[in-house]
Amino acid sequence: MQFTKRALMKGSFAMLALAALPRFLLAAAWPEKAFSAPGMSASLKELFGTDVTTTTDKITLKVPEIAENGAVVPVSIKTSLENVESISIVVEKNPRPMVANFEIPSGTLADISSRIKMAETSDVTAVVKTSDGLYSTAKQVKVTIGGCGG
Amino acid sequence: MTNTIKVKTKLSGDVAQIKSLLLHPMETGSRKDPDSGAIIPAHHITQLIFTNNGKQVMVANFSTAVSKNPYFGFSFKGAKAGDTLNVSWVDNIGEKGELETSLK
Repeated sequence: MQFTKRALMKGSFAMLALAALPRFLLAAAWPEKAFSAPGMSASLKELFGTDVTTTTDKITLKVPEIAENGAVVPVSIKTSLENVESISIVVEKNPRPMVANFEIPSGTLADISSRIKMAETSDVTAVVKTSDGLYSTAKQVKVTIGGCGG
Repeated sequence: MTNTIKVKTKLSGDVAQIKSLLLHPMETGSRKDPDSGAIIPAHHITQLIFTNNGKQVMVANFSTAVSKNPYFGFSFKGAKAGDTLNVSWVDNIGEKGELETSLK
């Protein structure tokens, strides 16, 4: 290709257009199918391609034993597993079990906290994806008043 | 536009601890209006993204089951005072929120 001023201009416009892309487009797409899947196994399969996880005590899942208000249940997840790629929160008995999924780039600690809604008493499962596979830990939370409306 | 993001940052060594609070209704789409009985359509944040000096440090994907006015906390390494932390969210109907702050 002949290196003309015109080509250079074109190139720099392309670069500008790329730089102007909104930041969220740089992230992987929002996993809509996993979030709309009706069962725990289906939502795991949508997100990870399998619903088989290895239970481990290397994940620390902090949830209340009893949640009076299912609309606001604090959850925090931490793990000592190496090479963590993502952490997901799954509530088995919610109408759509996949609650949230956090992508952990290298340099970010595998230690997150948030607040979630629970429809009824259910196991809350923390699923951690590492370069070796899927690991999980679950704990039951008793819900007095469900938090999914209706 | 009203500010929808509140962020608290704390540096200890090169680890930045981030606590964020977002203003959002997080409607599930299964709740009914108590007066009219009509279903309130789903309206929820789908992605919440944090970058530090332009490097992505967290992508959080939310379903409708994250609580109203979401709270989210996490930590990352390799941070120093004066770094630019950018927080942005987008929801299922294309609304957005963004905040830039410097670490201290």
